[in-house]
Amino acid sequence: MLIFERSRCGRQSRAQAPAPAETDRIAAIPDQLLRRAPPLLPEVSELDAVRHYTLLSQQNFSIDTHFYPLGSCTMKYNPRGANAAAMQPQFLARHPAAPDATGQGFLACLYELQEMLKDITGMAAVSLAPMAGAQGEFAGIAMIRAWHDARGDTARSEILVPDAAHGTNPASAVMCGYRVREVATDADGNVDVAALAAAVGPQTAGLMLTNPSTLGVFERHIVEIERIVHAAGGLLYYDGANLNAIVGRVKPGDMGFDAIHINLHKTFSTPHGGGGPGAGPVGVSEGLRQFLPLPVVAQRKQEFRLLDERELPLSIGRLAAHLGNAGILLRAYAYARMLGDAGMRRVADFATLNANYLMVELRRAGFELAYPQRRASHEFIVTLQRLKEQTGVTAMDFAKRLLDKGIHAPTTYFPLLVPECLLIEPTETESKQTLDLFVGAMKEILAEAHATPDLVKSAPHELPLRRLDEVRAARQLDLAWDPARPAN
Amino acid sequence: MPFIPHTDDDVRAMLAAIGVSDIAGLFEEIPPALRNDALTQVPPPATEMAVLRLMRERAERDGSYLNFIGAGAYEHHIPAAVWQIATRGEFYSAYTPYQAEASQGTLQTLYEYQTMMASLTGLAISNASLYDGASALAEAVLMAVRLHKGARRVLLPRALHPVWRRVVRTLVRNQGIELIGLPYDPHTGQTRADAFPADDCAALVVPQPNFFGVLEAVDELTDRAHQRGMLVIAAPNATALALLRPPGQWGRDGADIAAGEGQPLGMPLAGGGPYLGFMTCRAEHLRQMPGRIVGRTVDAVGKPGYTLTLQAREQHIRRSKATSNICTNQGLAATAATIYMALLGAAGLGQVARTSHARALQLRDALTAIAGVSAPFSGSIFHEFVLKVQTPVAPLLQALQAQGILGGYSLVNDYAELGQALLVCATETKTPADIERYTDNMARIIGRRFQPAPCALKPS
Repeated sequence: MLIFERSRCGRQSRAQAPAPAETDRIAAIPDQLLRRAPPLLPEVSELDAVRHYTLLSQQNFSIDTHFYPLGSCTMKYNPRGANAAAMQPQFLARHPAAPDATGQGFLACLYELQEMLKDITGMAAVSLAPMAGAQGEFAGIAMIRAWHDARGDTARSEILVPDAAHGTNPASAVMCGYRVREVATDADGNVDVAALAAAVGPQTAGLMLTNPSTLGVFERHIVEIERIVHAAGGLLYYDGANLNAIVGRVKPGDMGFDAIHINLHKTFSTPHGGGGPGAGPVGVSEGLRQFLPLPVVAQRKQEFRLLDERELPLSIGRLAAHLGNAGILLRAYAYARMLGDAGMRRVADFATLNANYLMVELRRAGFELAYPQRRASHEFIVTLQRLKEQTGVTAMDFAKRLLDKGIHAPTTYFPLLVPECLLIEPTETESKQTLDLFVGAMKEILAEAHATPDLVKSAPHELPLRRLDEVRAARQLDLAWDPARPAN
Repeated sequence: MPFIPHTDDDVRAMLAAIGVSDIAGLFEEIPPALRNDALTQVPPPATEMAVLRLMRERAERDGSYLNFIGAGAYEHHIPAAVWQIATRGEFYSAYTPYQAEASQGTLQTLYEYQTMMASLTGLAISNASLYDGASALAEAVLMAVRLHKGARRVLLPRALHPVWRRVVRTLVRNQGIELIGLPYDPHTGQTRADAFPADDCAALVVPQPNFFGVLEAVDELTDRAHQRGMLVIAAPNATALALLRPPGQWGRDGADIAAGEGQPLGMPLAGGGPYLGFMTCRAEHLRQMPGRIVGRTVDAVGKPGYTLTLQAREQHIRRSKATSNICTNQGLAATAATIYMALLGAAGLGQVARTSHARALQLRDALTAIAGVSAPFSGSIFHEFVLKVQTPVAPLLQALQAQGILGGYSLVNDYAELGQALLVCATETKTPADIERYTDNMARIIGRRFQPAPCALKPS
């Protein structure tokens, strides 16, 4: 039931609205600017609304309630302490345009986060401005463009992207005015170095690379790739989506990357919130420092300040009206402080341990790995191509059946180049017992796929809803409730 | 080990299953020269108690102020239920609702959000939110240029938020789009509808109210832009929409796209975020809309349910040909906004708008009664206004701050032509006593500045 269907004319949650002012001054607004009919908002009591959204929340899977082996998304536990730390009343009440002097404690947290991220990634400078990974990518490629332009090297028109990359990579390059050329992957899941060498040239502005890659393996030729791209005059962009696999053990700066972004909602455990807000700070090598997006937090003589256009005139500019997703940055700061240096190193260790254990156990259970000859990073790929041929059960069916077993589905059909794939990332915060339960569920479904394939093909069965008709959703569009239209 | 549950026995069993002797053995594919464990800027681990104490002490040191700054981020009362529900783990720690059957809570909430935003703006279609108001406006500019298919110039009024103008520039500059300023009338503070350039333009952005808090003549601006073949992008204040004519009804045909800041709908100021950008449009522009969209459908046995739809516009399907590189929406912020709007309803949100408006007028009356303080613009306002003062703004704001008052946003850098001017806001959170406190302090500070300096040496 929709909140609108709970609505009753004249009902109101009166404690929530402000008292009227002593005199209503609405007459000061010209009549033709005023609204004629009220907006379609529900008329419900406070209890109606609280109960409605509490019940809705219970229809979600979430990390707090379910295991999420969701590759490329790093669905690890979001510490409650980090949320509490960010929800201090003075932080919440801080106006973004309040003077820096009134927010020294707030800025100290952000400055220290900036310094920690520099250290962890091995980059020369960091800006916390981007509000999501895709905005970080945009900022990174815009900085690469600014660097070329500043040298008068304006003929570079192309960004290289491996065919296994996230869709945001090519889309971000296009938003920065570049053409995109894809680079093939070799049989071992590495970038095809010969293809890369053939693709670079005077038109190459840069290469965007995720390492470990979206195929769940460490890019073994990274040193050679770095040499090829730099020799051609291009720069290297690091997509930090998989930083959780190497955090505290390997630094993107040491691999020769010139610009990077970090997904704080992955590696630094800030919440996904049902699809955001994220945060995508960017880091750069020394040569790109002056192009960082604004604002940047600086420290001078024990005083923290936000740098603006006057101090960084060559900046690519601003990405948000204010300071980006500041509350998310505070959560990442609290998380990083709780982990500390020792905890940071353990992240990659245990994320990798969990992934390799799961990979071995699933292979033992009869699953086919996309790259059986490789060590898993923090994630790995199972391909169900053969199962589909034998039983008609697809990766989608398998994923939906996992929901019935109380486990969120792995990432399906990504990367695009592995057919019928499940990209599985357990993260370091799951125990061996949870992983064993997952292996058990996978085995059960594998058996079901052979014995009763229709059971799997028609999953889910145990959730409040059966499989949703996505084709109908796109063809018979219903994107907002209309009281005049009968429900479908 | 914080957040890592493994016992020593677990680790031994797992390593044995894998067939390596230690965890380091799992990193064998990484070239040894690249391994680097050194962390010099990350302090040793701290307990939850220690981190909470550190951040509480920092927050307390920052303190609390009586805030009269608006300038794109507005202090409103947020019902206690909003964030208590939004931070329930089932919303807070849920993933993007790609697995629809396991995400009906988030999906239905977003469908309700879309319904509310579409109605609030008077346009047919809403997406499930973008990052913030400024970046949503940039996406709207890109969308309008795609829809226009001819011109690549877009008119941005000078009375639009100066930082939003910079954000739009950052995000569209590499796509050959030219942004042209449009002057404001120095008497009314309204954007001049008679000053469109002769060149072909794709779109006009119309803030309501504008950055000065002044209500624009939206009907005239919309009709003139449409007559010139431009699309109209409305950038309305979310709270004001409860009171003001929605963009879909501006002028003869209504605005084409609305994009703005959803922060007033239940987001705390929080030092700048997370907020949410809203975007709505006319039905015929749907295919060019960026961002996630939720649709209602049915399941295999005909029960209604919700799913992400029209994903062929998005980067994970279209890659380099997507409408935008945007991947996330501000899901949790949109959830909070939905709960906020449900709790207030049309009557409650209308009351927020009316009380804010009344408080702003009270404050303006009181402040402009002080000698040396005036309101330079004659245009009607919503809940924010420009003040001119006959004393430098920076020390005035500092003196107010010393009294625990954030007096407003200085316009000196962005609008030098206004002289010593500041932008002041009052919402329903300000009581008559708050207004008196501000006014008394302002009168005292300004009065002191106007008094001739006392003689250092008195004649004996």
